[in-house]
Amino acid sequence: MTALLLILVPLIGGLVTFFVKQESQAKLWSFVVSLVTLAAMSVNLLMHDEAGRSFTAEWLPMLGSSFALQMDGASTLLCFLTSLCYPIIFSSTWKSSYASPNSFYGLMLLAQAGITGVFLAADGLLFYFFWELALIPVYFLCSKWGGEKRIAVTFKFFIYTFIGSLLMLVGLLYMYYQTADASFSMQSLYAVKLTGEQQSWLFWLFFVAFAVKMPVFPFHTWQPDTYEQSPTAVTMVLSALMVKMGLFAVIRWLLPLFPDAAVQYDNIVIGLSVIGMIYASILAMQQDDIKRLIAYSSIAHIGLMSAALFVNNESGLQGAMIQLFSHGVNVLGMWIVIELIERRFGTRKMSELGGLAQKAPGLTILLVIVALANVALPLTNAFIGEFLMFNGLFKFNIWYAAVGGLSVILSAIYSLRMIQKVFYGNENILTATGADINWVEKASLAVIVVAIFVMGVYPKPVFELTTDTVTLILGVFK
Amino acid sequence: MNLILISAIWGIVMMFSGLFLKSKSSAKTVALIGSIALLIGNFFDLSGKMIINSNFNGMLQYERFGLLFLTVLVLALIMYILLSGKDVEAVGNHPFEYFALIFFVMSGAGLVALFNNLLILFIGIEIISIPLYILTGSDKRNLKGNEAALKYFLMGSFSTGIMLMGIAFLYGATGSFQLEQLMLQPQEDYKIFMLIGIVMIMVALAFKVSAAPFHFWTPDVYDGAPTVFTSFMATIVKAAVFIGFVNLFANAFGNKTGNWQMTVAIITTLTLFIGNITAVYQQSVKRMLAYSSIAQAGFMMFAVFAINDMAKQGLLLYAAAYCFATIGIFAVLVKMKDYTFDGFNGLAKKQPLVALVLTVCLLSLAGIPLTAGFFAKYFVLAAAVKTGTYLWLVIFAVVMAAVSVYYYFRVIQAMYFKEGEGQEMLITVPFKALLVTVAAVVILLGVYPSLLLNWLTLF
Repeated sequence: MTALLLILVPLIGGLVTFFVKQESQAKLWSFVVSLVTLAAMSVNLLMHDEAGRSFTAEWLPMLGSSFALQMDGASTLLCFLTSLCYPIIFSSTWKSSYASPNSFYGLMLLAQAGITGVFLAADGLLFYFFWELALIPVYFLCSKWGGEKRIAVTFKFFIYTFIGSLLMLVGLLYMYYQTADASFSMQSLYAVKLTGEQQSWLFWLFFVAFAVKMPVFPFHTWQPDTYEQSPTAVTMVLSALMVKMGLFAVIRWLLPLFPDAAVQYDNIVIGLSVIGMIYASILAMQQDDIKRLIAYSSIAHIGLMSAALFVNNESGLQGAMIQLFSHGVNVLGMWIVIELIERRFGTRKMSELGGLAQKAPGLTILLVIVALANVALPLTNAFIGEFLMFNGLFKFNIWYAAVGGLSVILSAIYSLRMIQKVFYGNENILTATGADINWVEKASLAVIVVAIFVMGVYPKPVFELTTDTVTLILGVFK
Repeated sequence: MNLILISAIWGIVMMFSGLFLKSKSSAKTVALIGSIALLIGNFFDLSGKMIINSNFNGMLQYERFGLLFLTVLVLALIMYILLSGKDVEAVGNHPFEYFALIFFVMSGAGLVALFNNLLILFIGIEIISIPLYILTGSDKRNLKGNEAALKYFLMGSFSTGIMLMGIAFLYGATGSFQLEQLMLQPQEDYKIFMLIGIVMIMVALAFKVSAAPFHFWTPDVYDGAPTVFTSFMATIVKAAVFIGFVNLFANAFGNKTGNWQMTVAIITTLTLFIGNITAVYQQSVKRMLAYSSIAQAGFMMFAVFAINDMAKQGLLLYAAAYCFATIGIFAVLVKMKDYTFDGFNGLAKKQPLVALVLTVCLLSLAGIPLTAGFFAKYFVLAAAVKTGTYLWLVIFAVVMAAVSVYYYFRVIQAMYFKEGEGQEMLITVPFKALLVTVAAVVILLGVYPSLLLNWLTLF
């Protein structure tokens, strides 16, 4: 039942939001809806309610497709991440004001329903449905409330992902006709025996769809522009949650469906990912706009995760699992800080900022913690994930680990440079007028800081949660 | 049979009621009554109760698929009359005649959907075509309309000639016009006649459904004709010809796929490519919709290409999805003065509900999930994948579907994201309610396509 609630609550809540015309009420309502979703998820986790984690209803029997939802370890983790991020996103952007707020918050909640659906769907066609449905609200959100170049930029993003997902649809259809019982259910699709040749081209049909979403080099060109142009609340959804769709899809669909092809092409995928890590890190160093900096740093982090998914050993997979969650939390923290800075000082350019530490000590401390987590310093959550992933990469091939490891150093360079430029140095006219953050904003960031440290010190629950997914994938490869 | 009879009779009734009813605005009402009679007649057709219960020595066949297809067409016609009836009346001084011609087209559609003999197919296609030549030129003071009508007439007659020639060749090869006779293998010497016949008929029908490279008339005719009639031609008529196309190739040439499937694949590829790529460069929404109708025909060609159960279901769904969405868009377009993309700027502020319905329709044409258009595309593509060959064609089609997003979304962008006044439009409350119905149907079929497809097996 929980599985269904996680989709239904934001879906219905979102539809209702369209009719709440007043801004403050729309904000409050959507916040409450997101809290209810979080509550449903938390209760499920605390009660260890395994039965509530799957749900099946008849949908399209003639097509062999049913409304089947199922949470395994990785999807439980990501559902929790989604339901946790939404209240934080809403509360941290509380002060932002949007034209026609009812549509904005309504679409945000619909996007949540779509994203959660992707994490839950245990039926190929249903998965495709949610995959597209998550995109539509985000398209409208970015195009309507984004920056100056929003229309063209968002459109590029949309077309990229749409081509990718249509190719996946063709692959899915082909798979469907190979199943024994003409069904889209995950079990039937997993059971299909494909020849090496079939696997190798189906693999690419699926991989392109997921690679665009993650994004993996060279499919990443939509990402920095879209992150920059979107309103920050949407950027948070995009980078903390939507990129996880691509990674999760690799875990749930790509690897179990085409294990042979995954082994065959592992060098290409990991190679692209490592190139992306270095390339994005170098670009991140040259950015002046903090939003673009984080966008590129996000590509670098995702690159490591996508490489780790293909190394075919426990360490890499386990690291990727924990990093799915950690990256979501950390990048969300970064965006919150950026949002706060932009709203206070009216700019995101590092060259125009400086000396914030004196004016806003609270903000500074929180940012430094989040930024260090981004660099994967020990004691922070990202350290565990990245350590395991590099370990896995090392076992796979030492050269990938060596080259990829450079990105950690580079990430320290650009993160610390950002801290230095924004918070230290001399004040200027723009920054002299600022004030520190208030308690609501502190609370949002505090949740993130707590998550960073708790998981950095005690990651065991996450490992336990995701063991089944890791075992599944390792089992497929044997 | 009921539907063919009623629509022919009602066409005559419409003409004569023009003599007795003086008020122009009663035309829509009479037409509406007629279309509802068609629906009822069709319903009795489906349940096997016919006024004249005969298949005329095997010249007609009452296949459930064809009958259900007609139901979809009649429903689309009702929606068309409800939404655009007023605008038909506004075209010229003879509203009753326009509606009469529309009913004649419907009776032709009935023949094309149920034929079992090449002569019936030919007569049906002609009954559909001739009224259209007149409707295209019905705004007789419009130069563009006149040019379009003449062009359409000349080229249309030419393609009809080719079709007749093809039928003659087939007769020469097999000695019969009956479809089941055509299924038999001709004698070795006559095989070449058979092949020539198939290709000629294919060319003629490809012309009628505006498949490339026989599409050149489409943009000019659709653009030149009064917009209400463009709506009718691009939807109901096109779908009607497609059912004939599919029925013919399934029932007469289904066992010779090796001979013609490659040709159909090439036509499909060209149609998709030309339709989609040219639509991208249009500045007028009406012309964009003309090219979009070519592009959509490319997807419907998949049903001809695959000819299996999935393809038939797909065509049925495609016709419903495409007709309803396109009729909805045209109904709004007719009411606008400025047909350019910029004319849609700021519409969402001025008419939020209309903009929302247009968005749903456009998303459906683009084939986004949760709309009928998705399942329509899904079924025809699945049918092609099922044949197991020509997978490149399917991949090419989905890439073209992604291209189509570009021009459909341009309208959405203009309505929602661009600044503008929004045009003045006369939108009444019943009109809004009907638009909402269109959107509801599109979404309902997008969630539960079985609502329509289950009828194939009911009764």
